[in-house]
Amino acid sequence: MDMNYKPNPEYLVEVNNLKMYFPVKTGFFGTTPLKAADGVSFAIRPGETLGLVGESGCGKTTVGRALIRLYKPTDGDIFFEGKRVDDKSIGGLRKDMQMVFQDPYSSLNPRMTVEDIIGEPLDVHKMYTSRADRRDQILSLMEMVGLNAEHATRYAHEFSGGQRQRIGIARALATKPKFIVCDEAVSALDVSIQAQVINMFEDLQRQLGVAYLFIAHDLLVVHHISHRIAVMYLGKLVETADSDELNANPVHPYTQSLLSAVPLPDPRTAKSSKRIILEGDVPSPLKMPSGCPFRTRCRFATEQCAKEMPQLTDRGNGHMVACWNK
Amino acid sequence: MDKTYDIDQMPKKNPLSMQIDLSKFEKATDEEKKQADVMSESTSFFKDGMRKLRKNPLAMFSIVVLVLIILMITIVPVVVPYSYSDIITINGKRDKSATNMAPFQYSKLEQQYIDEGGKVFPHIMGTDELGRDYFVRVAYGTRISLLVGVFASVIVLIIGVLYGSIAGYFGGKVDLIMMRIVDVIYSLPDLLMIILLSVVLNEVLKFDGQGILARLGTNMISLFIVFGLLYWVGMARLVRGQILTIKQNEYVLAAQVSGAKSSRIIRRHILPNCISVIIISAALQIPSAIFTESFLSFISLGVKAPMPSLGSLASAARSGITTYTYKLIFPALMIGLITLAFNLLGDGLRDAFDPKLRR
Repeated sequence: MDMNYKPNPEYLVEVNNLKMYFPVKTGFFGTTPLKAADGVSFAIRPGETLGLVGESGCGKTTVGRALIRLYKPTDGDIFFEGKRVDDKSIGGLRKDMQMVFQDPYSSLNPRMTVEDIIGEPLDVHKMYTSRADRRDQILSLMEMVGLNAEHATRYAHEFSGGQRQRIGIARALATKPKFIVCDEAVSALDVSIQAQVINMFEDLQRQLGVAYLFIAHDLLVVHHISHRIAVMYLGKLVETADSDELNANPVHPYTQSLLSAVPLPDPRTAKSSKRIILEGDVPSPLKMPSGCPFRTRCRFATEQCAKEMPQLTDRGNGHMVACWNK
Repeated sequence: MDKTYDIDQMPKKNPLSMQIDLSKFEKATDEEKKQADVMSESTSFFKDGMRKLRKNPLAMFSIVVLVLIILMITIVPVVVPYSYSDIITINGKRDKSATNMAPFQYSKLEQQYIDEGGKVFPHIMGTDELGRDYFVRVAYGTRISLLVGVFASVIVLIIGVLYGSIAGYFGGKVDLIMMRIVDVIYSLPDLLMIILLSVVLNEVLKFDGQGILARLGTNMISLFIVFGLLYWVGMARLVRGQILTIKQNEYVLAAQVSGAKSSRIIRRHILPNCISVIIISAALQIPSAIFTESFLSFISLGVKAPMPSLGSLASAARSGITTYTYKLIFPALMIGLITLAFNLLGDGLRDAFDPKLRR
């Protein structure tokens, strides 16, 4: 932890050199740290959406969970509105930071009615004056996410995936947070429902001015919703840039290959575009390659890549890339 | 083909055409549309489970049997004018001839009394070797056995649920240490513990007077203590396992993100989701406790005489098994009925409420 680090007051959320290691038992006695997130730094402005993409197992969810302190980070600094987030301060910040979960089937308690699920954050923070006030708040939240008021007394299993995700979003909005982590919030839904839910996220952002950390593996979705995008590979950020800039001009070879894998709606352009297919598998996070983690699969890998980890450097216009190739 | 069709009017199909019959795809009327909007009646988990339980004939039958047994043991000692510990008396005189009678048989003195116009309550199950009414003794024995079963399973429930939920929820080192203690307790031979404890308690505790504890005797107290000390480990393991799986669900994380405290999360999210498994296991614990009690009474480590229990009644009947078979049949039948009913009820509860078996 860097106690001297000065957060930039312009940012709502600032993450500096976040490290999250999980001990994994190897052999009889030894434990090896699994570096799920290793030196991740980024910042989010109020009302902004940062998309976090990467393949499964690269540590996206870990970063999201460490950010709202579901995990205690091994090292690094997290600031919210210029305040350091730690065990002491988190209690007061819970209201302002919320999370929408990936699986709409396991994120709602099957024994609670919709009213109680959405009302739980209100109960915890005692944010109502009377029973009637509580009910009014819940009903207005339900209306905000497009649920009927008559569904309030129903149980979660009576709803479809999209409706369940709306309930989860209403719960996240209950305390009027300034920041929401959307952990693969649309990945479990089918495409048409995804579109509805994403549009709802955008509407809510316009209405309420919330900032999102939007974690996903679908680049098209992330491009659509995000102002800026961060690309993650094996626990490290490899490239961050404005959404359009990243799409038009990817610099890191990993981002290039990710973008080339995005399916295009027009079959003619799809035919002419070249896919960059990566060789080999993702290395085990327990046995990270030396230097740049991507070098084992990189087309441009040189000797320097094996020796030293490239740092995120600005290539102009806030386009940060961690790669030795210029 | 310049003819245009109204959207609500289907074109007529050529009978030879392979085209799909469009008349099968008529637009839904407003009434039909409304039908799709109506959702089925909202049911809670509990209501749904009760509906399933009511459809299970075996479970319902065992509930009826258990209710009848409970009614019997509460009413019989009030209605029948004999006591479980006293020899039958006629006109204030002890009837020494009224021993080992068959069901509904009267002794000479009683017959004489009836002939003189007196009224004698029939001995529905006969009498035992000391001339005590067997029906009352069986009713009292059932009372004791049921009491032991329910009480033991309540002890197991409380300790096991508390211990298991703490170990499962906090995990890590806490869990490791708590579960190793469970392993140690699990490895102790329970019968040996009961025997040793009852010997020690006999010396330490001396119950005088007429309290229920004194009448039950130290063997029973040691049985309860042993249940409290040893038998909760199975329940603790079960609860811990349940909580470990439920803890992984995202709704628990969501509650943590909301800032809910551990006690609230256990109370509102974790326990309601494993309560069905706990209740089922507690229901199945009752017959096993009754069985243990009967077994201990059978080897004369159970209740103190003259208090009967089903096991001690069966044990006493063993000596005259060839001549007075009915004296073994009645308590054995009661043990069988109770354990069978509780087991069937527990199975029925599991079928109705266990989330793993649903859907």
